[in-house]
Amino acid sequence: MTEPLVRAVNVRKSFGDLEVLRGIDLEINRGEVVCVLGPSGSGKSTFLRCINHLDRIDKGEIWVDGHLIGYRRAHGHTYELRPHEIAAQRRGIGMVFQKFNLFPHRTALENITEAPIFVKRQSKADAEARAHELLERVNLGDRADFYPAQLSGGQQQRVAIARALALDPTLMLFDEPTSALDPELVGEVLDTMKDLASDGMTMIVVTHEIGFAREVADRVVFMDGGVVVEHGPPRQVLDDPQHPRTRGFLAKVI
Amino acid sequence: MTVPSTSTLTRANEQPVDGGRIRPVRHPGQWIGVAAILVAAALFVQFLVTNEKLRLDLVAGYLFERSVMRGLVLTLELTVVAMVLGIVLGTVLAIMRLSGNRVLSFVASGYIWFFRGTPILVQLLFWFFLGSILPVINLGIPFGPTFVEIPTNVLISQFTAAILGLGLNEAAYMAEIIRAGIKSVDPGQSEAAEAVGMSRMLAYRRIILPQASRVVLPPIANNTISMLKLSSLVIVVGLPELLTAVQLIYSRNFQQIPLLIVASIWYLLLTTILTIIQVRIERRLDRSVTGPRPVIRAAERQGTPS
Ligand SMILES: Nc1ncnc2c1ncn2[C@@H]1O[C@H](COP(=O)(O)OP(=O)(O)OP(=O)(O)O)[C@@H](O)[C@H]1O
Ligand SMILES: [Mg+2]
Repeated sequence: MTEPLVRAVNVRKSFGDLEVLRGIDLEINRGEVVCVLGPSGSGKSTFLRCINHLDRIDKGEIWVDGHLIGYRRAHGHTYELRPHEIAAQRRGIGMVFQKFNLFPHRTALENITEAPIFVKRQSKADAEARAHELLERVNLGDRADFYPAQLSGGQQQRVAIARALALDPTLMLFDEPTSALDPELVGEVLDTMKDLASDGMTMIVVTHEIGFAREVADRVVFMDGGVVVEHGPPRQVLDDPQHPRTRGFLAKVI
Repeated sequence: MTVPSTSTLTRANEQPVDGGRIRPVRHPGQWIGVAAILVAAALFVQFLVTNEKLRLDLVAGYLFERSVMRGLVLTLELTVVAMVLGIVLGTVLAIMRLSGNRVLSFVASGYIWFFRGTPILVQLLFWFFLGSILPVINLGIPFGPTFVEIPTNVLISQFTAAILGLGLNEAAYMAEIIRAGIKSVDPGQSEAAEAVGMSRMLAYRRIILPQASRVVLPPIANNTISMLKLSSLVIVVGLPELLTAVQLIYSRNFQQIPLLIVASIWYLLLTTILTIIQVRIERRLDRSVTGPRPVIRAAERQGTPS
């Protein structure tokens, strides 16, 4: 398929007087892994949240898998989608948060089966069988009955990845998935993400892990001040940045 | 560097004599306290047993008296039904107040303002006398045709009036307790729920309210225990619950103290049962946070380097 999986066209978003996204244009192909870098406050999280409509955009459009996110066009007019239609769109998009946001009152297994059972109406047995598979895949086959408080940060984040995968998303969004982890736990989460990338998952990863971006990303996007300043293959953007702001940022983080 | 008194510090060459057994800090004050409480308790028991005016024989005689039993059952019924109504309606009101919808939020705030702001006695009497202001209740299209006409006094019995009075009032207080509980849940939880495609209502039911329940349980237990005693107000609509039942008896035989002891014994018993239930539920809800780790079976562990 040649049509990109994600297409953002002139996306704008303000919080009150503060314009956080000022016209983002970006296309992401199926199976591509894109790492988004940029200084704090540049709008990386906001952009990610707009892709699954956790934040609504003010102007422009975001298409995922042929669907206009959050809105419907008819006869030249744009209408807001109903909550259940937005919920249905979100099911195709997995999201992993910086602070894991696991459901603390549910075990690792229940965290994963929650949406398949109650949103997708799968049978409990099917959902649990699949959840066990996913736990194996993130190397936590023996932690099914643990509550989040009984897991390390790295284990919690891997359960969160499994939870996002349970709805068979076509796109995975990661917002600084390793920033809240102790240094020795970062590797296990990045390894899980690498596996996912090599399985062909389309991924947008906001991260400060330059090493991960260099090794895994097909493309690196550098954002600053609410716009995409430059993007390209990791070698090009990381080793030979064209824009002075990219150079300044990389000089600080590497 | 500041150093406490040198006598409490260990010198480098100090050697243990009993294999290094650690002796916990002593708390002599605790023992003095326990002794004082025991003496006070003994004095109180002696006062109860030897004081003829208390008429403990009457207490025993009236404890299971029929009108007392009927009052006890009524107290229980009123408390349970009013609390269930209060919790359910209170949850709805709390969610309305927190919804982004201005109309819903305004309606809920107005409800809470009104029902907290007027005396509960007035509310009870209002429902009881509704029939005199509004003799028939019409079901039909507003300003249009009527399909059914029901006399208000048929629809609202004494018990219904009591439940409406107590339950609708309780809902107003409950709404604020539950709203505080919901706000105590990390906003990341509803985001995670939305991100996996849950509707707002499903997220409340499966994710947010279960977590809020840990926070709201102690104040709900408080309100339930208050309701046991608050329900005695329903005498204004002519219902004799526990406290009224004993009052009716002592208005005839003038044995106020023994009969008030009878009522207190039952209230204490109900409170004890409620407290036990509360502790049980609390322990269940805390399981996910403080519970023991599950055992990892050896067979499962193989090949899982985590
Ligand atoms: N809900 C909100 N209300 C108001 N302002 C917000 C909100 N969310 C984000 N902002 C503001 O938008 C700007 C961009 O935030 P965003 O979280 O997208 O940045 P970021 O690039 O992810 O930064 P970081 O690396 O620190 O996570 C910031 O100035 C932030 O304060
Ligand atoms: Mg961010």
